[in-house]
Amino acid sequence: MHFVQNTVGIMRSYLMLALMICGVVAYGQHDTHTVHEHTSKDTASVANVSHEEVAQEEEKFNPGAMIMHHISDAHQIHFIGKIYMPLPVILWNHGHLEVFMSSAFWNGFDEKGELQFKPYTASSGTTYENHHESIVVSSGESHEGHGAHAEHGAEVAHEKPMDFSITKSVFGMLFIIVLMVIIFRSVAARYREGANKAPTGLQNAIEPFILFVRDEVAIPSIGKKKAASFMPFLLTVFFFIWMCNMLGLIPFLGGFNITGTLSITLVLATLVFIITSINGNAHYWGHIFWPPGIPFGIKLILVPIEALSIFIKPTVLMIRLTANITAGHIIILAFVGLVLLFGQNSAIAGYGVGVGAVLFMIFMFFIELLVAFLQAYVFTLLAALYFGDATQEHHHEEDHH
Amino acid sequence: MEGLLSVSVGTVFWASIAFISVLLILKKMAWGPILQTLEEREQGIANALKQAELAKEEMASLKSGNEQLLKEAREERELILKEAKEMGDKMRSEAKERAAREAAQLLANAQREIETQKKAAIEELKNQVATLSIEIAEKLVKDNLSDAEKQSALNSKLIQDLKAN
Repeated sequence: MHFVQNTVGIMRSYLMLALMICGVVAYGQHDTHTVHEHTSKDTASVANVSHEEVAQEEEKFNPGAMIMHHISDAHQIHFIGKIYMPLPVILWNHGHLEVFMSSAFWNGFDEKGELQFKPYTASSGTTYENHHESIVVSSGESHEGHGAHAEHGAEVAHEKPMDFSITKSVFGMLFIIVLMVIIFRSVAARYREGANKAPTGLQNAIEPFILFVRDEVAIPSIGKKKAASFMPFLLTVFFFIWMCNMLGLIPFLGGFNITGTLSITLVLATLVFIITSINGNAHYWGHIFWPPGIPFGIKLILVPIEALSIFIKPTVLMIRLTANITAGHIIILAFVGLVLLFGQNSAIAGYGVGVGAVLFMIFMFFIELLVAFLQAYVFTLLAALYFGDATQEHHHEEDHH
Repeated sequence: MEGLLSVSVGTVFWASIAFISVLLILKKMAWGPILQTLEEREQGIANALKQAELAKEEMASLKSGNEQLLKEAREERELILKEAKEMGDKMRSEAKERAAREAAQLLANAQREIETQKKAAIEELKNQVATLSIEIAEKLVKDNLSDAEKQSALNSKLIQDLKAN
């Protein structure tokens, strides 16, 4: 318990830092919009503005945009420079299914080497646009790019089809899942050979973590007897989160931010909520809706809080994971941005800041490696604690609250 | 921030399908056998340790049994040696005794023989002396009786001896 409290403490300060940086990024992002809109308006209304001038203004490096570009979900994977990988776009638009590759939206690169987008008319005749990585139905008249949207305030008017695309995060997740099946199947094959075989190879690497989840997470939280039925979920969630976190740390691999994607952690947290609720026994529900040994007046206050806590617990689980992983990415990217920002003023300043920034980034990478594991551990541990709470049989008033 | 904090239905859909399927696949293919084998292996190790403990105890008892046996054997050897020695002593002393006894008997026999021989010798000597005496006496008598005077003198002397007796 001591360790957990410590971890939670670290997490809290970490989250604060993340939020602060998020604020900065948000501010930066806001800035981009104004700059962008401004530029676009100029381009649209004053047609004779020289190309160089626009380029000059566009050249200003915006760290906020860069960071958001890396940590947000996208419809293609950006490796490095002009190397992009298209991903399938799957849309459900008023009863008809549209499937095409996201490269259909690509429209070459601008002077800075950034990918440009164009509308795409699917076989059904509907035209779609990739508008800041959310696919919208084109309003028809404006096929001129971002300038038109800004002018018409089209973001509000755009109709969005249901987007079931294999986005960057979904692709990364599928990749991890295939990897997990391959790894654990081959490991399991060794176990199938019998209990008397000494562990070898990959099995040796995996087994301590399986034992860790079983002996340090599941059994202390749930109890030896009931832990077995929750083990598959806990093991899957632990390895899934850990491997997704690790994938996000590999540079030049598209900057996956799978566990920093709210939609994915939402699914994990929802599963925890569902499993907790299904397995909740009379004692668990009784404690929430009719806490024993408490005066009626206080019950009136306590019961809504306890009832809310059913939902708050998984929500916190979801936000903690997303925030921690995203924050880690943001910090590292912020230092990259810092180098580039100084570098655009003078090369010397760029190199000067670069040395310090790289050193700090190395340090951050080590922290991120730890956090990648720690977050998987914390998520699994808290899920196990909730399961333990739901299945607990005896009254342990003194260590319960 | 829109991309970061919004929830996309599509991603939720894919994440649910993907995670639940990997959970079910791994549960069936990996976690089941792995956890079961781990359990079995742990039980196996526990059993092996218990058996090793038992074997150790058995060894210990066997060793103490051996020592007991050895001790007994040593004691028996002692005993046998002691008995043998006693027997030897006894035999020796018996032999000595018998020898002494035989020697004594031999001596006694010899003495008895000597005694007998001596008696016989004395007897014979006596006889011879008697014979000789008689012969001497005869000669003397013959000699003396031839002279009357001497005869009477002898007579008187004999009578005197008789009287004296």
